[in-house]
Amino acid sequence: MESKTARLIINIYLAIFLLYLFAPLFVMIAAAFNDSKFPTVMPWRGFTLRWFSDLWADDRIWGIGDEDGRLGAVANSVLVGLAVVVIAVPIGTLAGLLLDSLRGRVRSALYACMVAPLLVPGIIIGISTLIFWTRLGISPGLHLSTIGQCSFICSYVMLMVVARLQRLDRSLEEAALDLGASHAQALRLIVLPYLRPSLLTAAVLAFFQSFENFNTTLFTRGGANTVTIFIASHIRTGVTPEINALGLVLISLTVIAAIVYTVRRGATAAIS
Amino acid sequence: MKQLVDRYGLTLTGAMLLATFVWLVGMVILPYLVMVDFSFRPNLLPADVGSERDHYTFDNYETLFRNEIHFVVFLRTLWGSALATFLCLCVAYPVAYFLAMMATPAQAATFLLLLVIPFWINEILRTFAWFIILAYNGPLNGVLRLLGVIASPVRWLSGSWGVIAGMVYAYTVFMVFPVYNAVLTLDRNQVEAARDLGAPLWRIHWRVVIPHAKPGITVGCILVFTAAAGSYIVPSILAAPGTRWFTEIIYQWFYEGQNWPQGSAYAFLLLLLCLVFVFGMMRIFRVGLSDIAR
Amino acid sequence: MSQEVALEGVTRRFGEFTAVRNVTLTIRAGEFFSFLGPSGCGKTTILRMISGFIDPSDGVVRIGGKDMRGIGPNKRPTALIFQNLALFPLMPVWQNVAFGLEVRGVGKAERRKRAEELLGIVELTESADKQVAQLSGGQRQRVAIARALAVEPQVMLLDEPLSALDLKLRQYMRAELRRIQQRTGVTFIYITHDQGEALTMSDRIGVMSQGVLQQVGTPLEVYNDPATPFVASFVGEANVFTGRIGAANGTLGQIETEHGIYTGRLGRGARSGEQAMLFVRPEHMRIGAAATAAQNHMTAAFTHAEFEGSFVNVFSEGGLRKPVVAQTRSDPSLLRLQPGEALPMGFDPTDAVILPFGDLARE
Repeated sequence: MESKTARLIINIYLAIFLLYLFAPLFVMIAAAFNDSKFPTVMPWRGFTLRWFSDLWADDRIWGIGDEDGRLGAVANSVLVGLAVVVIAVPIGTLAGLLLDSLRGRVRSALYACMVAPLLVPGIIIGISTLIFWTRLGISPGLHLSTIGQCSFICSYVMLMVVARLQRLDRSLEEAALDLGASHAQALRLIVLPYLRPSLLTAAVLAFFQSFENFNTTLFTRGGANTVTIFIASHIRTGVTPEINALGLVLISLTVIAAIVYTVRRGATAAIS
Repeated sequence: MKQLVDRYGLTLTGAMLLATFVWLVGMVILPYLVMVDFSFRPNLLPADVGSERDHYTFDNYETLFRNEIHFVVFLRTLWGSALATFLCLCVAYPVAYFLAMMATPAQAATFLLLLVIPFWINEILRTFAWFIILAYNGPLNGVLRLLGVIASPVRWLSGSWGVIAGMVYAYTVFMVFPVYNAVLTLDRNQVEAARDLGAPLWRIHWRVVIPHAKPGITVGCILVFTAAAGSYIVPSILAAPGTRWFTEIIYQWFYEGQNWPQGSAYAFLLLLLCLVFVFGMMRIFRVGLSDIAR
Repeated sequence: MSQEVALEGVTRRFGEFTAVRNVTLTIRAGEFFSFLGPSGCGKTTILRMISGFIDPSDGVVRIGGKDMRGIGPNKRPTALIFQNLALFPLMPVWQNVAFGLEVRGVGKAERRKRAEELLGIVELTESADKQVAQLSGGQRQRVAIARALAVEPQVMLLDEPLSALDLKLRQYMRAELRRIQQRTGVTFIYITHDQGEALTMSDRIGVMSQGVLQQVGTPLEVYNDPATPFVASFVGEANVFTGRIGAANGTLGQIETEHGIYTGRLGRGARSGEQAMLFVRPEHMRIGAAATAAQNHMTAAFTHAEFEGSFVNVFSEGGLRKPVVAQTRSDPSLLRLQPGEALPMGFDPTDAVILPFGDLARE
């Protein structure tokens, strides 16, 4: 198709590009094993696993209930993540169902409003949430972080639900009604089972979006720590390669998730 | 409205409307309105709220224009985000074109997955990794010295260059996907026809591919610009001392200056900057909001 | 248990467009009634109004004498077989069939039993646990029917259910549906554009064109005694001669056409002096020697013959817009005809009907 040289150039470009994408990950992983007080790969001071044991022992991350009764960072991140899933998935699904039934200008306008939060910088979402609720007398904390994150995570859920719904045959819902199902039954027995794969993906996506959220959480957290806040605050103040160890753990989990995802995708594609 | 009730019944329609209302009004519209309102008020102690000292004022906005340092930072953010957007486009375009036009669907799917994996890893960790790489005694300088490209280490993290580099790394993904989707709809035959007629490579792209990919490019630029302008992590880790990003100043107003109204005003200005860019792009390239969906 | 369905002045508009215009008729309890007409004639709209998915703009739909306005599709004693069947893809066959029972709160064991009984009626017992995707078109048809029968409807509504099937299967299913209807005694309302289906299966047919009910009658009435030119040309084939009615005498009348003066039965509304059309079906057109014996005759030039198995369509150029067609049993002498050869054709007055000038069915 393209000329040989063009192909060669683009292949080299892509190779460099991939290298560029993955280089930081490799550096991150390597630094986790370097016996150096400051995270680096040069100079290499020797192989060590002590950063992993440090990580394991770090109560600020894993702890449940320190002397102030506060939860560790991981517990907080997980709680917020779960709360976001519980709130954003139902709301996003209902919004998606609503949008699917509308047409014309009303639909476009509503769609624009629902997609807008995705374009707003996270700190502004955080700030507006902070001010709104503190003015109502509610002090900052992870509850506000949850609300702030939901404002744009609902958008993601809505998009996924709408995409899936577009392929649902309307006559299935009509058939259910015709056979005597109430609206609630038609939803429960026909629509929701059809949406289930998308809802599961949306829930997972919502959790991970919440877990790795920083900008919005930064302004609304009121002193509590999530994993991302913890990492960020320690990067500025005395960081050790414990961070890299944590990074390696997260990278491994991500890669495993990616593999699981690809396998499941292949499996479901075979069925549907 | 009637079709809604016919399809879903009264209770469910009510639930849908309520959920949408709570979300859009309670989590999106009202908070923004309150923030804007707040930005026009002076910084008051709780006791003074509602008293005669509580009046609308432009003071908080004027601060930006009177304060030279802050204004410079604002401009730097604007310029830096635009530059990062442009660079992302340059980096992402060949990748997107290759995936859409030259790769098989299987290759494209694999490549896209590879592209997305680093993206799933926390932005902070990735940015920090760049901090390690770009450090004065870091591996990049080491490798370049080894290869004989440079004689002595280069201070990569000077000025905003580290920030720009970090942003390009973090946000190129946002550019690849929309452009890829847009180029995918281009008929390969058009490119063939152009080449057949003797057009050189750059012209084929300029006159055939890019116009077709305009919606994707616009969406990509919007996503990257708003991410860059509103980015907090990348500048705070990779910026050289003395070259702050606007987001950091906003943070300082909130947590060190304890001047929330002032911070809100700056935040609103940042939002305006993004909105102007978004609508500007949409206007210039004639793209609608409905084109924005991943 | 079955009910009668009454439509009183039913009209349905969609914005500027009127899909159904002032339809009044009563479908008797236990009857197999078909709405017959080309696509866009309004028959699907009527079906959806009876089943409850849309409301009439004007007029009343009554089932069993009761006004159905405001009563949703899930509360009407109707069951609809959709054109695309709308079987639930995520459920096995028996759960599809038992769905109506499930939403009524019937227990699992009882549902399974009933599903198996119904699958027995449609002869699909061995498929109870299969997935819908594993079934053939005809089998899915029968599952849809079983599923509808499960809710014991008083009125069954069928939306062109056989259109996706091949010829042999269609013929088999026609008989099946008729059999099931007679066995259960449920009122069947069937819509189709295929007049063969309507004629073989129905007790009565309602012919529709552009939202207007043209005629309601038994298959024999609709075929032999069409009420309008549309019905005459849509149901079965017909040769059309246009002209003005001259003398009229009781049941017979004369029509003066450019080919000659023909005598035929006077149809509804046909009056002396008016523009009219005469319709004679191909199977009543005689050719050759038999033609000269008929009261009406003409001479046409033979063009070609189409052999369709048990009969032959003979086309001749008679100076009309379309060739004149005669349908006759296979006859070896027909093979000896040469194109252009003069062919006498004729028909008896009792086999022809004269109707006021009107719209014909589009080809």
